[in-house]
Amino acid sequence: MYAFEYERATDQKHAVKKFESYDAPRYLAGGQTLLASMKMRLAQPDALIDLGRVASLKEMNVDPAGISLGAMVSHSTIAQSHEVQQTAPWLSDLAKGIGDRMVRHRGTLGGSLANSDPAADWPAAALALEATIVTDRREIAATDFFQGMFMTALEPSELIVAVRFPQARRAAYAKFRNPASRYAVVGVFVAELQHGVRVAVTGAGPCVFRVPEMEQALVQSFQPSSIEGLHPLFGDLNNDMHASAEYRAHLISVFARRAITSAIHRA
Amino acid sequence: MRVHIKVNQVQRDCEVESRALLSDLLRDNLRLTGTHRGCDTAQCGACTVHLDGVAVKSCQVLAVQADGSDVVTIEGLAGADGQLHPMQQAFSECHALQCGFCTPGMVMSGVDLLRTHPRPDTATIREALEGNLCRCTGYVNIVEAIRVCADRMAAKGV
Ligand code: FES
Ligand code: FES
Repeated sequence: MYAFEYERATDQKHAVKKFESYDAPRYLAGGQTLLASMKMRLAQPDALIDLGRVASLKEMNVDPAGISLGAMVSHSTIAQSHEVQQTAPWLSDLAKGIGDRMVRHRGTLGGSLANSDPAADWPAAALALEATIVTDRREIAATDFFQGMFMTALEPSELIVAVRFPQARRAAYAKFRNPASRYAVVGVFVAELQHGVRVAVTGAGPCVFRVPEMEQALVQSFQPSSIEGLHPLFGDLNNDMHASAEYRAHLISVFARRAITSAIHRA
Repeated sequence: MRVHIKVNQVQRDCEVESRALLSDLLRDNLRLTGTHRGCDTAQCGACTVHLDGVAVKSCQVLAVQADGSDVVTIEGLAGADGQLHPMQQAFSECHALQCGFCTPGMVMSGVDLLRTHPRPDTATIREALEGNLCRCTGYVNIVEAIRVCADRMAAKGV
């Protein structure tokens, strides 16, 4: 890992100010991706602004209309929160399946979204549940937030403060993990909202995306059989040593049906 | 940079580079070499320690991030009189190690699991060990050791 300056932010304003005083800084959230990329020299920031002690980024608010989770809340806190389990079990279930136990203790919701890894789990939940990403300067709808592989709508020093997940009628996430890396080869988040159905897919494209054909079919009838034979076109899907585009298309259909089944059974 | 850190109940004061990992601080500054560096890429879990009460991979945390924290390593589990922690005892009795390289991480993960799941079933134990790799044992006796330890601790009400 190359040398860098280390700054410990005391509050949000301080974090942004520090960030703006360097040429190529990065915010350090849980570090479970960033530190690994720095070791491999895929990232070479001249400074890390550590968000670990910014208390305002760790707040959680659960009420019947929705859940607001601070950017620095860890996957493990979300997985273990009784309030989240009661109100939106689809979020705690997703959190439970990220990485491994030690990674979940450090890794954060905000870090995952800001990174927009093509195989990350949280982007699927954010897109399907129509979450709002609250930053230090504005609110960004999840639909506008994910823009490509490792690309988001965030401006350079913009800091995610919290994420608001509106309440869904029912929802669930199902993924197929790479047997070695345990990343999602394909992950599908299905959500029945007050005003429609959303199907968001991760792992299969440059970043998370929706499958409108499936959504329309599920509005008619929220049953696994409704989407039989429907899948996105192969041409747009990732094709790599882990899985061909055709295989991913097949997995999307299988895991969408599994997600629908578990959403129905839980409700 | 200066890092003030409590390790195994002792307050320490170390000088590290900002890029030093917590595993570097433990092994190189403090010579606590029971925390193993297996992969240095967050895959193997041999470097697992408890940071402020929860298990983390110490190769995936900067030493400076742990400033002001409380760390427990494998060296801190046994009692002052050398009495093994029940998890260490169970690993020994169940033959849950062969070369022993993964063992410090396995034991630290096992103890962390019982913190949240005092009576875990086999599936839960295996899931909790997802981030710990062992190249020798085939895991069966490791899982057994954690189960035995859980039973004993529950029986004693600790
Ligand atoms: S050395 Fe840290 S996970 Fe392998
Ligand atoms: S005992 Fe050798 S790696 Fe686990």
